[in-house]
Amino acid sequence: MDFILQPLNLVTFFPLVGVLVLLFLKKEQKEAARWVALVTSVVTFGISLWVLAQFNAANTGLQLEINETWFTFGDWEIKYALGVDGLSILLVLLTAFLTPISILSTWTAVDDRVRDFMLFFLLLEVGMTGVFLAQDLFLFYVFWEFTLVPMYFLIGIWGGADRMYAAIKFFLYTMAGSILMLLAILWLGNTQGTFYVPDLIAKGGIPADIQTWLFFAFAAAFAIKVPMWPLHSWLPDAHVQAPTAGSVILAGVLLKMGTYGFLRFNIPLFPEAAKEWAWLIALLAVIGILYGAAVSYWQKDVKKLVAYSSVSHLGFVMLGLFALNAQGIEGGILQMVNHGLSTGALFLIIGMIYERRHTREFSEFGGLWKVMPVYAVLTLIVSLSSMGLPGLNGFVGEFTILLGAWGAGDGVLGSVLYAGFGAAGVILAAVYILYMFGKMFLGPLTNEKNENLKDLNWREIVTLAPLLVMIFWIGLYPKPFFDLIGPTVEALVATLGM
Amino acid sequence: MLLREAAATNYFNLVPWVVFFPVLGILINLLVGGRLREKMIGVIASLAVAASFAVAVLLALSLNDQHAGTIIAFMNLEWISIGDLHIDWAFRVDTLSVTMMLAVSGVGTLIHIYAIAYMHADVRHHQDPTRYRRFFVFFNLFIVMMMILVSADNYLMLFVGWEGVGLCSYLLIGFWYDKGKGGANHLDGISNALAGKKAFITNRIGDFGFLIATFLMFGAFGSLQFDTVFTKAPFASQGTILAITLFMLLGVAGKSAQLPLYVWLPDAMAGPTPVSALIHAATMVTAGVYLVARSHELYALSSQAQNIVALVGGLTALFAATIAVGQFDIKKLLAYSTISQLGFMVAAVGMGAIVAGIFHLVTHAFFKALLFLSAGSVIQGVEAGHHAMEHGSIKESKHKRGEHLNEGGEFDAQDMRNMGGLSRRMPVTFVVYLVGALALAGIFPLAGFWSKDEILAEALHLHPAVFVLLIIAAFFTAFYMTRQIWMIFFSKPRSRPAEYARENSLLLTLPLILLAVLSVFGGALNLPFWHTLTHWLDYTLAEGAKVGSFNYLVAGLSTVLALAAIALGIFLYGKRYQAQAKLPAAQRPVDPVQPYLRGAFTGIQHKWWIDEFYDWLILRRYVALSRFLSYRFEERFWHDWLHDNAIAGSFRQTAHFLAQPVDLGIIDGIANGLGTISQRFASWIRRAQNGFVRSYATWVLAGMVIILGYLILR
Repeated sequence: MDFILQPLNLVTFFPLVGVLVLLFLKKEQKEAARWVALVTSVVTFGISLWVLAQFNAANTGLQLEINETWFTFGDWEIKYALGVDGLSILLVLLTAFLTPISILSTWTAVDDRVRDFMLFFLLLEVGMTGVFLAQDLFLFYVFWEFTLVPMYFLIGIWGGADRMYAAIKFFLYTMAGSILMLLAILWLGNTQGTFYVPDLIAKGGIPADIQTWLFFAFAAAFAIKVPMWPLHSWLPDAHVQAPTAGSVILAGVLLKMGTYGFLRFNIPLFPEAAKEWAWLIALLAVIGILYGAAVSYWQKDVKKLVAYSSVSHLGFVMLGLFALNAQGIEGGILQMVNHGLSTGALFLIIGMIYERRHTREFSEFGGLWKVMPVYAVLTLIVSLSSMGLPGLNGFVGEFTILLGAWGAGDGVLGSVLYAGFGAAGVILAAVYILYMFGKMFLGPLTNEKNENLKDLNWREIVTLAPLLVMIFWIGLYPKPFFDLIGPTVEALVATLGM
Repeated sequence: MLLREAAATNYFNLVPWVVFFPVLGILINLLVGGRLREKMIGVIASLAVAASFAVAVLLALSLNDQHAGTIIAFMNLEWISIGDLHIDWAFRVDTLSVTMMLAVSGVGTLIHIYAIAYMHADVRHHQDPTRYRRFFVFFNLFIVMMMILVSADNYLMLFVGWEGVGLCSYLLIGFWYDKGKGGANHLDGISNALAGKKAFITNRIGDFGFLIATFLMFGAFGSLQFDTVFTKAPFASQGTILAITLFMLLGVAGKSAQLPLYVWLPDAMAGPTPVSALIHAATMVTAGVYLVARSHELYALSSQAQNIVALVGGLTALFAATIAVGQFDIKKLLAYSTISQLGFMVAAVGMGAIVAGIFHLVTHAFFKALLFLSAGSVIQGVEAGHHAMEHGSIKESKHKRGEHLNEGGEFDAQDMRNMGGLSRRMPVTFVVYLVGALALAGIFPLAGFWSKDEILAEALHLHPAVFVLLIIAAFFTAFYMTRQIWMIFFSKPRSRPAEYARENSLLLTLPLILLAVLSVFGGALNLPFWHTLTHWLDYTLAEGAKVGSFNYLVAGLSTVLALAAIALGIFLYGKRYQAQAKLPAAQRPVDPVQPYLRGAFTGIQHKWWIDEFYDWLILRRYVALSRFLSYRFEERFWHDWLHDNAIAGSFRQTAHFLAQPVDLGIIDGIANGLGTISQRFASWIRRAQNGFVRSYATWVLAGMVIILGYLILR
């Protein structure tokens, strides 16, 4: 019992309690299913805060560690090892924070097989938290692959018209990348004799040319998940077809598993390769920033626009991480959170109008500010956060990333042009975001179907409110967040010799 | 008692309140504004700004004793702190920042008061009184952002205000987001919103330059705090300084509407008139001037940068002044005039004549706010006439022939060709307008005379080429203002609404009168031989502000030129205009000045086709690129062809090939025996795959439970 009450075990597996309760519910008990899921996820969020309370930011190593032998296979020892540090603490919190919000957003949107929906949702939370906490490559891989399953069903069952296509594409695409990672993991375990990440890092000594192979094998899995240009093709399909809550979690957390993977494994495990190939990752990141922004601008469907904007935003994150300096990496981590908040909120917002109008085509909207003023203002704030207006969260992330990337111009990146072109993405972000806002809310209200739309109700406002609070908090006073990740990142940067 | 104690030390600690009072105004109006009467909302907003002004006055008083000013770290809050990057929320109180605070909140208060009455009529004219509160919330938000901009102690906090005013501009230009006709695409009801978007995006292009400048500064100096940057700047290379200052100039060009990024400002006139006055004339657009003044220690290090800034300012001043001559819209003309005057200021601060630039910034804030607000008064007067006519209190033949309609085909109350003879119908507005126009034209002894002359005098010995540009621009200025005055106020009314135009209420005209007084006496801030402002700013400016000698030659020359321009204007737009109006349409020139300028007039009337050029060069290219990437590349090639066809399709074909000929033909034959087993197995699997999500979940859960159970019970 002591074992299961370990903070990290609880925060990972507590949602299973909800799953267990859900299994005893009858199909018709929709309301009960919703409450069970909501309460479970809120308690999980509480547990994550408890983890935070025990977290010591000054300690740069793993904390609250659980380190047991899971099983042995020949002379391989597979560990059940969980731990949290500055690289993962914010993402664990983000996962626990976004899950109840997503569940709240489904209150009326999901009415079909509610219990099953909630069940998958809670299972998904287990997988995601596990990914961020696992410290054994094998365990990590299990959690990593496990997240595919509930997401596959969430898209495939509750998605839009083309849901099966999107679900299968999502599954196969990510699976394909993971295979390469699995091979690299097995190679590592075989030659280094352990799957335990801190041991692997401490041991080091992988020759540079082999590092390159391993680096790219891991990168294949993560780059698809991020997704980095040009491996993003699955994302718009998945987003457009996924139900609102699925999109929120997909954008908010699942994509971060990719960027987190780069940060947790690629950089510390293969530092030589990371330094050598940083320019390539940064190049793809910058292309992603500009490409995602340009493609967003031409979309006819709001959700697709936001999906492509994710490609652009995640490009910023990757650019920051591979600046390989404190500003870049800390900015990158914060931007992971920011993207989760802003884009998560945008998907919630799109879900709200979709529930009312059952369409997401720009041509159906226009002038909505007039009938839905609260909705309009909240959307405006979230949009501005997404385009990086100073004083809101997005700016803090983007600025520090670009500053870091600019600084890396003398170092790993070898040119300030990466940061320069990245900064140009800030202009393009304004172009597509203002296009989106204008198409939906400004201009005359011409479509009669919109004339009697109801403004947001209390539940919807409550759903968005925590996100808005965070948007302002991080925008105005991000220090507590940087303080959580700072020491760990600076230690990491120091080991890179940067 | 308490007060005296505070006075004994100083009021510097109050500086955050220049920001927080307007924040308070916003909060009050947001929370309880819905239950308040309309006027109360406006009063609260105005009081919030007035309180801000009061704080600025106290700061100025304290500065009088302690010239050096201070830096107030707000609650010691660090904003961003990573590695060697440290950025605080800190306010800077010195004579330069407080001068800006006084100008912004002072003029801002008057414009807020004006807006109480103006917006009362405006929301009714546009038939949506619910937006009255929204207007004042946005208006206060603008003051908040502007105050952050001028009170910041580092470049990044300045940038918060910098982008913030851009946002307010977006919101307020597109305030009537569902109105506005015409525009490039002739889209109905969207042109105001598009104008707002244009402003925001153009500003963002400038902000891009600002951002790059901050990266360069951090790279070179390791800080974005003003003092640190300026202390370390002399040790940086020339190339670095030039790069920093020029990228910063891009930001300046965006915010202060200079070449080549000025194009958003004329369109910004889509906003309600108080917005044009406050944001697009008196305050926000001066942010760029302030930035150069604030960074003068950087610019002083690079004569090349100074040259370029001064030239950009000079060229803009002349360029925009020519366009102003060909405008018929009362506000558009003033908009181009604003661009031109901003050119004067940018040229001045670029040359290093910081005091002259700031002096003109302040006087311009007075008289340009006055002109815009008076223009608003004219527009509402004419609209009132139009309204009275339409709604039957006047039973005469409806419209005169030849009235100028707007692009939506309605009577255009902003077209000066529809005006004329308003001096008798609107005497107060007439007098204050005249004062504003004379001040702008630089006629002795009004405010504009002194500030413009100081710029010209400095230019003569600092940068003769720019002097030539500016003095020609000054000639144009006097000319187009004369043209405007005559078209609006003299001769006979040229439309029915103008005949029935009505003077506005005192609430509207009172701020005008106050601003007129300021426009007359504003020059006293920095009269030759006293140099009050020079000495005041001297405490802040690093190299010490040079006390410019009053140049009688320059003053004489510019006065003669201005008078000549006025005379020319009266000659063309007096009797001659009336006479031309009687000609048959075919022979009538578009404008009295057109026969003299011929092709050139077509050029200025079309604003030298710069908008069209940008549209062709940038907008269409980007749209084409975006369409190509998203449709051709992303959708057709990457998604449909590569993924669906090449990868998924060929996999399916391979699978089919393996399944049909290979599997059925060869392997099936061999593995026949295994078939039975596999069929059984398959049916068992099918049962597991019964589509009930629950059973999948059960499997997953079972796995989890087994793992956990093993760990616990082990």
